[in-house]
Parts: sequence; structure tokens; C-alpha cells
Amino acid sequence: MKQERKPHIGLFVTCLVDLMRPSIGFAAVKLLEDAGCSVDVPAQTCCGQPAYNSGDRGTTRDIAEQVMAAFEHYDYVVAPSGSCAGMIKAHYPELFADDPNLLPKAEALADKTYELTSFLVDVLGISKVDAAFSGTVTYHDSCSGLRELGVKTQPRKLLSSVEGLTLVEMNESDVCCGFGGTFAVKYSDISGAIVGAKARNIEEAHTRTLLAGDLGCLMNMAGKLSRDGKTIEVRHVAEILAGMTDEPPIGAPTAKPAK
Amino acid sequence: MIVHTTSPQFKRNAARALADTQLQKALGNVKQGFIDKRRKAAEKLPEFEGLRDSARDIKNHTLEHLDLYLEAYEAKVKASGGHVHFARNADDARDIILSICREAGAKTVTKGKSMIAEEIEINGHLQANGITPVETDLGEYIIQLRNELPSHIIAPAVHLNATQVEQDFRRVHKDLDPKRDLSQPVQLLTEARAVLRERFFAADVGITGANFLVAETGTSIIVTNEGNGDLTQVLPKTHIVLASIEKLVPTLEDASQILRVLARSATGQEMSVYTTFSTGPRRASDADGPENYHVVLLDNGRSAMLGSDFEEMLRCIRCGACMNHCPVYHAVGGHAYGWVYPGPMGAVLTPSLIGVDKAGHLPNATTFCGRCESVCPVRIPLPKLMRHWREREFERHLTPATFRSGLAFWGFFAKRPALYRLVTRAAMGALGFAGRHRGRFKWLPLAKGWTKYRDFPAPQGETFQARWKRERKGKAA
Repeated sequence: MKQERKPHIGLFVTCLVDLMRPSIGFAAVKLLEDAGCSVDVPAQTCCGQPAYNSGDRGTTRDIAEQVMAAFEHYDYVVAPSGSCAGMIKAHYPELFADDPNLLPKAEALADKTYELTSFLVDVLGISKVDAAFSGTVTYHDSCSGLRELGVKTQPRKLLSSVEGLTLVEMNESDVCCGFGGTFAVKYSDISGAIVGAKARNIEEAHTRTLLAGDLGCLMNMAGKLSRDGKTIEVRHVAEILAGMTDEPPIGAPTAKPAK
Repeated sequence: MIVHTTSPQFKRNAARALADTQLQKALGNVKQGFIDKRRKAAEKLPEFEGLRDSARDIKNHTLEHLDLYLEAYEAKVKASGGHVHFARNADDARDIILSICREAGAKTVTKGKSMIAEEIEINGHLQANGITPVETDLGEYIIQLRNELPSHIIAPAVHLNATQVEQDFRRVHKDLDPKRDLSQPVQLLTEARAVLRERFFAADVGITGANFLVAETGTSIIVTNEGNGDLTQVLPKTHIVLASIEKLVPTLEDASQILRVLARSATGQEMSVYTTFSTGPRRASDADGPENYHVVLLDNGRSAMLGSDFEEMLRCIRCGACMNHCPVYHAVGGHAYGWVYPGPMGAVLTPSLIGVDKAGHLPNATTFCGRCESVCPVRIPLPKLMRHWREREFERHLTPATFRSGLAFWGFFAKRPALYRLVTRAAMGALGFAGRHRGRFKWLPLAKGWTKYRDFPAPQGETFQARWKRERKGKAA
């Protein structure tokens, strides 16, 4: 299936990556460009999930319409997040189910939107990346990517091609980390208990690094590990796959303290 | 009837549960006891996923034509010599049951496990009227001794450990030798069996729930692992089946299909130890059975769910798989939910039955991880239904005011990309500068909920969009 021109990708950066950790976005751009795509980043804010999960459909629809317009002309929309891609893919059509004008647009966008690793593997057919990482990693399956989009084998497949990297599976890698967006703040006691259980599973895998595909979950787990004084490095899977590990891990100081 | 609920105090309940070390230990059994068993049972049956579709379709079809199936069922029960009573609400059901018991001159009523009995608080009502209800399911018997609600819909006493049960048995079974050995679970079981055996023979009325009501034949079906249900419905002169209207299925074939996913989803068994069918009172040719057979059909808000956003919840077959796989349930247990139905199914059903004004926390106290939906044998989209409750709360302004204004503030910027870029660029620059040194914040204003349990990783400083513009677009321009 040779294409005449490079697939033109609209990168949905996601608000968390935009605000908190741009290096993940640049890693995603590198992976997509290395895979022969051209990448553009239209003006954007958020997918609307915080409003959607708070029951505010009006605001969600306004934001969704904005996203639908901004990404209309790309061949594909790719997000370094299963949660945000899942919002667009699984929930935008639901949001406009009773709107005959916008439903086709929502469905068209949903059809061409992908989570990053799933896009690389399932759409582009890539099985190898050009990266090296020395050490052991464990991978947490974020819920939306796993259950709404079926992202499970794709990141593992790509990780297995990283030179020097060994993947060690933790127990219950497919169990929620307790983030849940506003849940983490609204029900912090419960969220704290769930991420506590997750942190124990991470620790017991005894790896140098923890990876996942969603920054929300990563910030939650990194924050817990750091609070507990653990030294496990936490990174987005795209950073490793792109070989872009110059930036300190999530929650780690900018300059490494002198030994 | 006044609904006794602590659902409005969910947060307090949850905090208490998290601090209860005994409970936390017992909750470990939920994870260990159910998840692997269900997975193995599902994997062993190649057509399991297809059966889930089929179970969903059967329930959907029944709900579409529930009026017809209810009428057909009623006609069949009557034809077999039984009586059907329709109860609009809990009060009606309690009155109907009490009058049947009085007519039977009942002093003792044995009970099989029934969540509907919990929903209408029948035990308290019978007791207040001089009739002694005796729970015969071991778990229900234990929580009756402790005057507690079930904490799980199929394992009512899962929040307890054996030592606690031993203490309860010693407290209540006073006529037994105080020096007896009850250190092994099997000894507790044997003691309960011996005590309950006497009660079975003394009972004047037996009340059971129903897993299915079959329209084609007027049959009620229960599944149990202890056989207590059979003794409850066969030994007394009067058998009352207490069930809610959505238990209907059209045919025996339909019930058999759903049975194939029920126990597998619940306990990982292929079938429960007992699957018992009862149709009407004892016939002349029957070896045993009750002389009187009554069915009390409870609505209690369910018909109002038909045709609503929450209709799909009526497919629920009460297997408990959703709570068995729920990280929130694992953390806080069933009692925190504050009423009869805990876990994800309770988070959807409880607001429907007692009002979202009381149970509003439940559909909010979830991460939307979706694991419940992924194991539901009738494929109820539980997260979606919880979200529908959040929408109702938002529309009715039940969402807390501080949260609403926070959301509105965020929404204002999210709808204005240019302003958003400007503001976030400045804010992240400042936050990044402040946090760069340590890489994380141990405390942040307005983020107490977050920083109580974990650090907040510092942002890198420059936003992606700003850097992109600088590096890429800048070059192109």
C-alpha cells in the first residue's frame, strides 16, 4: 500500500503534554516523522474530557466542535494518549448522536483518530523503532487506551525492538492506577489507596523505569513513587521509543544533584 | 418506608473503610477469590463472548416487551395454582408479604438469599410485627447476627474474617458448649448448618428471591451453592418468591443461556451447585413442596427506568463481577456505598432507586477505568450510565458549587485557543521555574487533594505549542 504522498498527521498534543511535558509531544513528532509522515500541530486546547466526565455536555460539545474543525483536513489525528484519543474516537460520536449535522463530522474524525503506538503499529505497520535504552522497564496499561482502543500489544511490540531494553511485566499491569481525572482530587483518599496498590506492584517488578502511554496516569504514579521516596524513573513510552531521554524523568529535578 | 442509607456520607464511609485494617485484609479476598476464577472459566468456554451477546440480547428483548411477558408469566403462575402480587413500591411489598405470613399464621420465616428482601427491609418489618425472620444463606445468616447490610451482592459477608464470625457464633449460640473448637472455617459451617436445620423445620413460610422468572412456564429459578434455598422453598407450607420485575425471561431456553454466563461471571463456576426450578405449589403427584405459592413482583422505580437513559441497567443479573473487578470497591468495600447495592452496579442502580440527590457520590466515585463493563456478562455500559448520572447532577445543579465554578473557569479558556495559549504559556513558565529545582511540588495551592498522597511533578516550563511555534513555525516563516 504505497501512498503517493506522505500521510499528513494532525498531532493532538493533549493538554497535559502541552502544559506539563512537551518533550512527549516532540518524541511523538519524531516517531511519526521517522515513520514517513508529515506532522502539523493546529491550534488546540483540550479534547473536552474533563467537562464530559463532569456531566457538562454543553461545554464538551463546544470544545469538540472546535477540535473537529481544527483537525478536519488531516489524513489522521494522532495523540500520545489513549485517554484523549479514546475521547475523540469513542465518545465524540456519542456526543453528537442526536445531531444529524455534526454526527458525520464526529464519526469522520473518530475514524481517523489513533493513539500513538496503535497508529504506528496498526495503521503504519511498523514493528521496529530506531532507539536504544539500557535497562529494565515495566509498562502500565492505561485504562482508556486498553479498554476503549485495545492498546496492549502495540507498545510492547515496539518496546521489544529497542536495543538494550528488557521489559518486565508487573502484576496487575491492566488495573487502574487511581488517577481518573478529577477523581484523583475529588476522592483523593480512595485515589491515594489505589495508586498505593499500583506503586507496590511497580516496585515489585524491580525495574529501573516505569512506562505508560498517558501522562495523567504517569503523573499520578510518578507523584506517588516520589512521595514514597522511590527512585524508579517514570517516562512516557514515546520518549523511550523515540530515544529522547535527555529530559529528566517525570517528577525528577532538572539538573541531577552532584553525587 | 424510610430508606436507611448512608450514601450521602460516602466520603466519610470511604475514609473509615480505608482506615479499617481488618476490612482491608478481608477485601484482599475479593481480588484473590474472584478475578482469576472468572477469567479461567471464561477462557475455558470458547463461546463465552458470544453467550454474553446472547444474554444481552435476551434481556433487551424482554425489556422491550416486559408488559407482555409479565402478563404471560402471571397467567402461567395462576394456571399452576400460584398467586402473583404486584407491588408498586417497598411498602406495598412489605404489606403483601406480611399479610401472606399472617394468613399462614407464621411465627418463623426462613429466607433464601434475596437482594430485593434487603431493598424492602423485610426482616425489620416482619420482626416489628412479631414474626421471626431467619436468614439461611450462611453469609446472610452471619450479617443478620451482626445486624449489618450485605457488603457484596453474592458474598454478603465478604468484609468479615473467620475470627469475627467465631465471635458472633459464640455470642449468639449460647446454648452450645462454650469450650467447643471453632478455629476452622469448616467448624463454623457445621455449626451454622446444625443451628439452621432446626429453623428449617420450624418455619411456617419460606421466602426466596429469584434469579429468573420464566414467562413461558411461570417458573422461578434460584441458583445457590449451599442448598439452603431448596430447603427454604420446599419445607414450609407457604413459599413466597420475592423478585423485581426485570427478572423475567421469555423461555426456559433463554434462562439456560444466561445461566451459562451467570456462575462463570460470578464465582468462576460452570454452574452453581444448585439450580432450582419451582413452578406453583405442590401437585398431588409431587413428593414434597409448599401448599401455597406466592410471587411478589416489585417495581420500586424500575418501570420508570424503562425507556430512560438507564434502561440498560435493568439487564443486570446480579453476578457481582463488576464489583469483583472494581478498584474502588477493592479499596473501600461494599458498606461505604451506603445502601443495598455496592460497586459499579450500585453506582448506577442506587441513584435510580433512592434518588441521585442521596446517592450522588456513587456515580462520581469512579475512575471510569471500564473494567466493570469489560466483564459484565450482559454488557451493561456501566461507565456510560454513571456519566449519565453526572449529567443529571450537573443539569440539576447538584454538582458542588466550587467544582462547577472550577469547571466553568477551565471551560472558558478551553474554548478560546488563543487566550489559552497565552495564559498557559505564562502559567507553565512560572510553575516550571518554581518547580525546576526539585522536579516536583510537595504542596500546591488548590491541589490539596492531589498533594495529600503524592507529589505533583513540575512542568518542563515552556508549553508544547509555544516551543513548536518557536522551533518549527519560526523557521518556516
